[in-house]
Amino acid sequence: MTAPLPSLDSLDSLRADFPILHQRVHGHPLIYLDNAASTQKPRAVIQALVHHYENDNANVHRGLHELSNRSTQAYENARAKVARFLNAPSPEQIVFTRGTTEAVNLVAHAWSGAFLRPGDVILLTEMEHHSNLVPWQMVAQRFGAQLRFIPVTPEGILDLSRLDALFTPEVRFLACTHISNFLGTINPVAELCAKARSIGAFSLVDAAQSAGHLPLDFQALGCDFLAFSGHKMCAPTGIGVLCGRPEALEALPPWQGGGEMILSVRYESSTFKPAPARFEAGTPHVAGAVGLGAAVDYLESVGRARIQQHDEALAREAYAQIAQIPGFRVLGPAGARGGLVSFAHDSIHPHDLTAFCDQKGLALRGGHHCNQPLTRKFGLPSTTRASFYLYNTHAELERMLAILHEANRFFA
Amino acid sequence: MDQEFEELYQQVILDHSKRPRNYGTLDTAASGSGAVHVDGDNPSCGDEIHLHVRFRPDGGVEEIKFTGSGCAISQASASLMTLKLKGKSREESRLLLEAFTDVVTAGLQEPPRMLGDLRLLGGVRKFPQRVKCAMLAWRAFDQALRLSLPDPGTPHPAGGTVSTEENSPHCP
Repeated sequence: MTAPLPSLDSLDSLRADFPILHQRVHGHPLIYLDNAASTQKPRAVIQALVHHYENDNANVHRGLHELSNRSTQAYENARAKVARFLNAPSPEQIVFTRGTTEAVNLVAHAWSGAFLRPGDVILLTEMEHHSNLVPWQMVAQRFGAQLRFIPVTPEGILDLSRLDALFTPEVRFLACTHISNFLGTINPVAELCAKARSIGAFSLVDAAQSAGHLPLDFQALGCDFLAFSGHKMCAPTGIGVLCGRPEALEALPPWQGGGEMILSVRYESSTFKPAPARFEAGTPHVAGAVGLGAAVDYLESVGRARIQQHDEALAREAYAQIAQIPGFRVLGPAGARGGLVSFAHDSIHPHDLTAFCDQKGLALRGGHHCNQPLTRKFGLPSTTRASFYLYNTHAELERMLAILHEANRFFA
Repeated sequence: MDQEFEELYQQVILDHSKRPRNYGTLDTAASGSGAVHVDGDNPSCGDEIHLHVRFRPDGGVEEIKFTGSGCAISQASASLMTLKLKGKSREESRLLLEAFTDVVTAGLQEPPRMLGDLRLLGGVRKFPQRVKCAMLAWRAFDQALRLSLPDPGTPHPAGGTVSTEENSPHCP
């Protein structure tokens, strides 16, 4: 039943673009497999930051001088690049945020203030990252609304058999992750957003694990809002994106108030600019946006379809091979998946295992991956996760498997 | 293999994590039993310790047991702790608590001999994220000590909780 493994199109030559990869950790060559948490940065992105700070740095949108003009242009160029990257209708649909978390909080708080009423339902899935769960808990509590969850099956996919029972008229918002950072599951978000639209509900897609990993078309997904973080796709930390449908952004009141988002301010009240400025109060992370623009250029030069095929090939082979090692079990669906694999051992605790791997230069993630309710649902305290990106190699995957065998001997 | 890692994860620690001593519970429900229980957890890792201590009328540790789940460091620390504290006077147990805390947090170069095998856990100070694993059982014992001497006139509280998370705001 399972589709054949995609072949591995070697991207090994790209490793030269990432200075940080060429080091030893605890005496071993670094194998960085914690990309779902944060990715490394190519030299092009690092140099874009250096260039900005060495040549163009100033505040944006308000200075009547050359450097401010250059900074503004660089900042707005980045916005245009991101819009093209997502196939958004125009750059005005791109709001820069600190990351996915801030983008979700922006929508949750701004939208709820305008639309959420007691008795309304916010529909989530059981596989949401805390960043797409906790903000909704907060607003639900504040406005007397309910949370409802699309269940996750033991295989680690969404149970779509009861969708009609879940999408009742009380549902006013659907917020759903594109790729689970815990299971690697790729969710049918276009289908879910269409369902939401059919009952007049708003929708948000958490694209933190997908934006830098596969071709993403905002308009084809059909969501009202889409959020992602730059640092999970070769860009600096502290910069992220909220992309919104023009009508959806228009419907949102401001969230944070301050400079840059206003049209006119009086002592008693103010009027506000349209999106995206309305949602970017204060001095933005200009250099971060410039770095994100450079990251977008870099990923486009490699090709996201190639990256997707490469990451999935590594993840699916890891999934198949780890399952063969005595004591280990792998989580999530067996077929198509994002570029990551979570696994557990029947006697070695994930933190001991992850610490052991670190001693071999292998960076994995051990913990609940900001998915406490789902981890609990699977009856685990936490898991270990390997997550791949374009610069990871088949040789690194083989080394990881050898280290997991060594862990079995060490903890025996 | 890094030597510091091997020093921390040596056979004694792995043995105690797999075959914990004094594993079990005490009846702490009966009032006046002198027994208390404290639930300790480490939410970021999922480590759990359920510590049961029966104190003698003079405040010494008469019986001490635990159950729990978690990483090798947290479970071995609990197991070794129960071996060390059983039968100790209140003053001795307090000194051991302080000595162990110093060893894993302040990094004493020469841990006091009275800690015995617990000195092996001093290696966690080279792995800052794991200090809270080693301390979990001890923080639970610290809480048990407090609960065992209630203010005069207040009912004897038989249980409490302690979480190591307050000092480690991260989301792995």
